Amino acid sequence: MTLSTHSTLSSTVAVIDYGMGNLHSVAKALEHANAHAKILLTSDKQQIANADRVILPGVGSIRDCIGEMERLDLVDSIKQAAATKPFLGICIGMQALMTHSAENEGVNCLDIIPGEVERFSDQLSDPLARGAAADHHLKIPHMGWNQVNQQIKHPLWQNITQNQRFYFVHSYFVVPQSPEPIAGSTIYGHPVCVALAQENIFATQFHPEKSSDAGLQLFANFIDWDGTYNASTNC
Amino acid sequence: MALAKRIIPCLDVDKGRVVKGVQFVDIRDAGDPVEVARRYNSEGADELTFLDITATHEGRDTIVYVVEQVAGEIFIPLTVGGGIRTINDVRMMLNAGADKVAINSAAVANPEFVREAAEKFGNQCIVLAIDAKQVAGKTDDLPPRWEIFTHGGRKATGIDPIEWSKKMVSYGAGELLVTSMDNDGVKNGFDLLLTRTISDSVAVPVIASGGVGNLDHLAEGVIEGHADAVLAASIFHFAEYSIAEAKRHMASKGIEMRL
Repeated sequence: MTLSTHSTLSSTVAVIDYGMGNLHSVAKALEHANAHAKILLTSDKQQIANADRVILPGVGSIRDCIGEMERLDLVDSIKQAAATKPFLGICIGMQALMTHSAENEGVNCLDIIPGEVERFSDQLSDPLARGAAADHHLKIPHMGWNQVNQQIKHPLWQNITQNQRFYFVHSYFVVPQSPEPIAGSTIYGHPVCVALAQENIFATQFHPEKSSDAGLQLFANFIDWDGTYNASTNC
Repeated sequence: MALAKRIIPCLDVDKGRVVKGVQFVDIRDAGDPVEVARRYNSEGADELTFLDITATHEGRDTIVYVVEQVAGEIFIPLTVGGGIRTINDVRMMLNAGADKVAINSAAVANPEFVREAAEKFGNQCIVLAIDAKQVAGKTDDLPPRWEIFTHGGRKATGIDPIEWSKKMVSYGAGELLVTSMDNDGVKNGFDLLLTRTISDSVAVPVIASGGVGNLDHLAEGVIEGHADAVLAASIFHFAEYSIAEAKRHMASKGIEMRL
């Protein structure tokens, strides 16, 4: 596999470690994506403030996720990073950026991107299925490799083919207030927003660290990204 | 655009080496786990499952090393099963780089373990593994009935796998790995009725396992067994078929695959 990357300059990537799941594979995948990058797994505010770019990963429930951020006093650091430097949210780390989540009887999130997090309905069915298959309910969680339709041109989609498959595992999904930040979508019973872009922030519902070559390419793109993105120049 | 069905090669690991049991008895050595994982990844495996069959406690540390090695260079989901009995076992495997653990006998011995593990680490990383044998409806005229067996198929439990599946999902299992012990290693295909009955009664994804002898069996697992993923060992392991071939074959049957 050859990844397309042009950065050989050292760049520090802080992967925020707030106790939500194992970050081993995120760190290893980043190292594979760009051998020159310095990867820090950290919950240290100073390290997060000093890093060139920041990743907010996460698995588990949103209540625990926001709860741990608060307990470790990281909310302001995360908001500061999300306002100032290339920032990537992954899975729960994407959902945490929204205003509010329906999980755990309702949890207020960081409100960095206006919108809600909703649960897949138990009654989802495949809109394309025919015959006997049309009677099957879609399984929850949405688990496995689904196609991502790139809704915009963005530096993080560079060298990734349209409708590439990425690995997902989630039962909740984001619904941004306006369609403007939607960077990618898939279909699971209905169209689902699975990537967001807002200025220096990018976020994915899928797991780049588990999405083989396409995921590594997205990480390489993130490490190369200067954080600029202007939605109005998209056609 | 739709979610792809998954092919999951399974590597049985004993003391750090890959082996494959035929009906859990006749075992042949076939290689280094990292090498095998690398090959499967390059052929397009959607996930990998490691089943640790090491009998001794000392030998079991080797699986942690294997998982660390594989997770450090293969970036697809990894599941580890075999000997997962405590919260600490789960934590150790996840920290080594596994994304999911498969819990089998320990769930039968203590169902609360599944609830506790799911609450602690999230439903998405708890795979409930079920080893079932058909106990009625096979050679008699009775309605089909199955029973869960533990300890490599030696110990009957009296538990009905369909009821058990529903219960374990309500306890937080995020996925079910259903192995037919009648079919395992026999190469006559999955137990399609068992797989379908379970898959149709739970909301979570079901992985069919046990009995794959050819590529049609994989396709049947999805089409007739309603499985969300298919797991196989020996047909890939001895290079009878490549994973790429298997995926093309399944796609040719109209199954959504990641090619």
